[in-house]
Amino acid sequence: MSKGFSTSSVGRKILMALSGFFLLFFLLQHFVINFLSVLSADAFNETSHFMGTNPLIQYILQPVLLFGVLFHLGMGIYLDLQNKKARPVKYAMNKPGENANWMSRNMIITGIMIMLFLGLHFYDFWIPEIKDKFIDGIWDNPTKYYEHLVHKFADPVRVGIYVLAFVFLALHLLHGFQSAFQSVGFNHRKYTPIIKKLGTLYAIIIPLGFIFIAIFHFINHSH
Amino acid sequence: MDLTLKIWRQKDAKSEGKMETYPIKNISEHSSFLEMLDVLNENLVNEGKEPVAFDHDCREGICGMCSLYINGEAHGPDRGVTTCQLHMRMFKDGDTIYIEPFRSKAFPVIKDLVVDRGSFDRIQHAGGFISVNTSGNTQDANALPIPKPDADKAMDAATCIGCGACVATCKNSSAMLFVAAKVSQYSYLPQGQVERKERVLNMVEQMDKEGFGNCTNTGACEVECPKGISLEFIARMNREYFGASIVSEK
Ligand code: HEM
Ligand code: SF4
Ligand code: FES
Repeated sequence: MSKGFSTSSVGRKILMALSGFFLLFFLLQHFVINFLSVLSADAFNETSHFMGTNPLIQYILQPVLLFGVLFHLGMGIYLDLQNKKARPVKYAMNKPGENANWMSRNMIITGIMIMLFLGLHFYDFWIPEIKDKFIDGIWDNPTKYYEHLVHKFADPVRVGIYVLAFVFLALHLLHGFQSAFQSVGFNHRKYTPIIKKLGTLYAIIIPLGFIFIAIFHFINHSH
Repeated sequence: MDLTLKIWRQKDAKSEGKMETYPIKNISEHSSFLEMLDVLNENLVNEGKEPVAFDHDCREGICGMCSLYINGEAHGPDRGVTTCQLHMRMFKDGDTIYIEPFRSKAFPVIKDLVVDRGSFDRIQHAGGFISVNTSGNTQDANALPIPKPDADKAMDAATCIGCGACVATCKNSSAMLFVAAKVSQYSYLPQGQVERKERVLNMVEQMDKEGFGNCTNTGACEVECPKGISLEFIARMNREYFGASIVSEK
């Protein structure tokens, strides 16, 4: 590997895309598990318990995920700052909307909104989980997950924030999904249009699904 | 048609510049944008004022010199054209037209609307060439068979005139479209294979050194490029770069 890869613009862009792919994959599995909570409390508890106690997931995949998120976030912010410096004098008259869509021009804004949401999300679910397991030493509580979820989603303010966050995620992915393919060098006359359609579907269906889950529990348990 | 022009004036590279307003009358809608600026300069000279400096050479869309950010768009509101090919009929009587230099840290302003695009030259020097002997006993071109689709792609990439509109319009001031075109034009051809890996590594390295921003695939460059250079070439360069990095011993 050349020394310059990880410090070059193209190399970093490729790493950005790889972390993006990883997050897209993670989000999909997260969605599938969350959706179980709509179908069956037991199935949701069972799967969550497995995810929360399996050593491979706990000690390998979880740190990888944490690193992936932090990398994507840190690199995203760093590259954006560099990009702003690349044009020290701004245009007096500029029409950026004439040749590029809003999503593609505001990835850093939608990204930071996702990050703020992740703060709340960690506070709600991840930190209590880590506290249970690593501070209080309680590993075996296989029915807590559904209760915890339902309890959080009974709060209308929280549900509102979740819904909003997923709108930002949708905007992020409307550009990000297809952009990641371009970054790793995949652009094909026949397949790229299909990838773009797939990306649009993903970017709408997954966030909408998460929104549905939150509202579903709110309606069923908020009294 | 009568127009109000708002033009960036800057004495030299070191001075601060600012937008100045110039009314102009009786411009034919059949004239080109640069001809309109010629009229303005003639008026300014007649009034004993300093004419506006702007770049131009061929005035037929092939040299890439003419630049200008017009009403918020590189080369103005038309598509697939350079500023010298832009017609005044794209504007309406009474319009106000903003005219600014291409903005990028890597394109410093020399005077008024003229910028230094030497950074593009340095990127070319870093790898945008093939090393061949020019001793006179040149090989017959047809002795090297090249598949037609490859020749066509190489030609598509080679139509880049190095104007810098891609950089000017990119929100990140990224030069990826230009560099991708210059990397790709050789990578499709047998003559380009010898230096293929070094070329992409060196040209990207020079691009980064010059202070251009990072691509975020907004696609603005492709829309503004007067030669219709495709984003496909950027993907191709990313691929080339990744491949070359893996095997590189540098
Ligand atoms: C944690 C907060 C996040 C921040 C600050 C952030 C920021 C960014 C930035 C600045 C970019 C580069 C924009 C571009 O190149 O077009 C980007 C690209 C991307 N992001 Fe995020 N993002 C975040 C979260 C996420 C999440 C949760 C996902 C997926 C579930 C995601 C998926 C992607 C994808 C697929 C790309 C495209 C990569 C590419 O263009 O090569 N991001 N993000
Ligand atoms: S890629 Fe297009 S816009 Fe960029 S320098 Fe070449 S011709 Fe000009
Ligand atoms: S003056 Fe040559 S392209 Fe416009």
